[in-house]
Amino acid sequence: MTFIRKTAIGLLVLFTVSALSACNNSNNKTDSSNDRTNRISISGSTSVGPLAEKIADKYMDTNDVKIEINQIGSSAGITNATSGVSEIGMSSRDLKEEEKASGLVETIIAYDGIVVVTHPANKVKNLTMDQVKQIFTGEVSNWKELGGENLEIVVVSREDGSGSREAFQEIVGYSSGELIRNAIIASGNGNIKTTVAMNKHAVGFISFEYIDSSISTIDISGVKATAENVLQQKYSLSRPFLFAHKEDHLTTAGQQFIEYILSPEGQDIVEEVGAIRVK
Amino acid sequence: MSALPEKMGNANKKKYILEGLSSKLFQFCALISVISLLLIVGFVFYKGSLPFVVDGYSFIDFLTGVDWVPSEEKFGILPMIVASVYATIGALIIGVPVGLFTAIFLAEIAPKRVAKFISPAVQLLAGIPSVLYGVFGLAIIVPFLQNVLNLPRGQSLLAVILVLAIMMLPTIVTVAETAIRAVPKTYREGSLALGASQIETIFKVVVPAAKSGVMAAIVLGVGRAIGETMAVILVAGNSLIIPTSLTDSLRPLTTNIALEMGYAFGSHQNMLFATGIVLFSFILILNFVLAKISAKGEK
Repeated sequence: MTFIRKTAIGLLVLFTVSALSACNNSNNKTDSSNDRTNRISISGSTSVGPLAEKIADKYMDTNDVKIEINQIGSSAGITNATSGVSEIGMSSRDLKEEEKASGLVETIIAYDGIVVVTHPANKVKNLTMDQVKQIFTGEVSNWKELGGENLEIVVVSREDGSGSREAFQEIVGYSSGELIRNAIIASGNGNIKTTVAMNKHAVGFISFEYIDSSISTIDISGVKATAENVLQQKYSLSRPFLFAHKEDHLTTAGQQFIEYILSPEGQDIVEEVGAIRVK
Repeated sequence: MSALPEKMGNANKKKYILEGLSSKLFQFCALISVISLLLIVGFVFYKGSLPFVVDGYSFIDFLTGVDWVPSEEKFGILPMIVASVYATIGALIIGVPVGLFTAIFLAEIAPKRVAKFISPAVQLLAGIPSVLYGVFGLAIIVPFLQNVLNLPRGQSLLAVILVLAIMMLPTIVTVAETAIRAVPKTYREGSLALGASQIETIFKVVVPAAKSGVMAAIVLGVGRAIGETMAVILVAGNSLIIPTSLTDSLRPLTTNIALEMGYAFGSHQNMLFATGIVLFSFILILNFVLAKISAKGEK
């Protein structure tokens, strides 16, 4: 019996060792590729993420560098950049005072507009910022009060923690606690768009990139939601897409990547994705 | 061993090794589930207890609080507990009669040809990925409720109940049908011989005899309903209110975790794990009830 046990253990050990060595092999491969290329780790906003991915893809075609992007939300990305887990953090909202105080440097790589959207059949096409606030906090509960049909307003919002939601609330001027309680919570821009497109009562907010004919956009005090109006600072529902880094964590490769994004070539991609260029 | 002739010894050795190896392999496989369970439970409980042990939040406030505003450090999950309970009870009210009657029909009444057609259909229903139930609910049930009941929003308790009732059907039907089929034929013959009709036989003899199996079916159905996430997230509306009517939108425990985990970090994330603990406790209680029921059935 001891013999059998020994053989069994021996085989198990053999199996484990070979499995481990297989792992090691693959590790070695990536390690060796690391020796040849530089690696930039970026994490943060899911709104900035798609843009960063696209630019990184283009950049990696011509440069010997590996860029890893994790979309984990603005706040988590900023935390990572502060602690050095990531070289660069992506944020779709302004840095808070305490975040700046910890030594983070921000680089605005693009702007994004947020637009209030309704069902195409909704007659309300223009609102003041104050009315938007009243809608989202529940002070106004019927479209009739805003010049529309006699329909109850159904508010659709993003989930707590979303950078888009934080940016929207900050600009409009209400807090998460003030958001009307029976608001439908949808995850993601696409989800909000579908929910609003399906419901005559609904109102929500999405990024400019998601605008299409299935929903109707709302002007703010007569100013249309367009990239030009954001650039000329007429349309106030806009936010920066920014990279945050600490000087001592930033490598030359990281520095070069940021410079690439700000170059005309990088900014062309920004426009291609539907965001608004910085320059 | 050395006393045996060489050839015999070798053959036996090989056999022993093979035997020993296979039993070790089986043992190892069996351990994988236990280890996974311990790891998952340990991880969820560790992360979920952090806010209460380390950060000093009150667990009672967590359970009884009505405000869930993570960005303002308010974590109360009472609306979600209520939502989960309402949705499950509602789904039971529809799902149990339909499921039970289907099981009775398949086991007792249906001609073989008909049963052969319905049984696989029910089983296929169980195989549909839950997100497809959600998409179906969002595209069909939600607009339907909105139009027919003239609601401002179709995302509601009623929509969740309907989707969950359909989803729990296969579980209830399959388990209940097996239990009913297991009732000895002599019971039915005796009842029919005494002059009882078929329906009287089914409800007064067969179903009571299969009671523990039917109860097990219901408990398993509850487990399916309370743990369902993807289908519910699409039709619930996820509002943070305690639902007071069938047309209110609601956020059950599961969807709270799934909806916010992507963005959560720090104590917000740990609070979502704590939500998981509450959900897990529900499932544990259910399993305990189930064990009691099947123990009773064996007596």
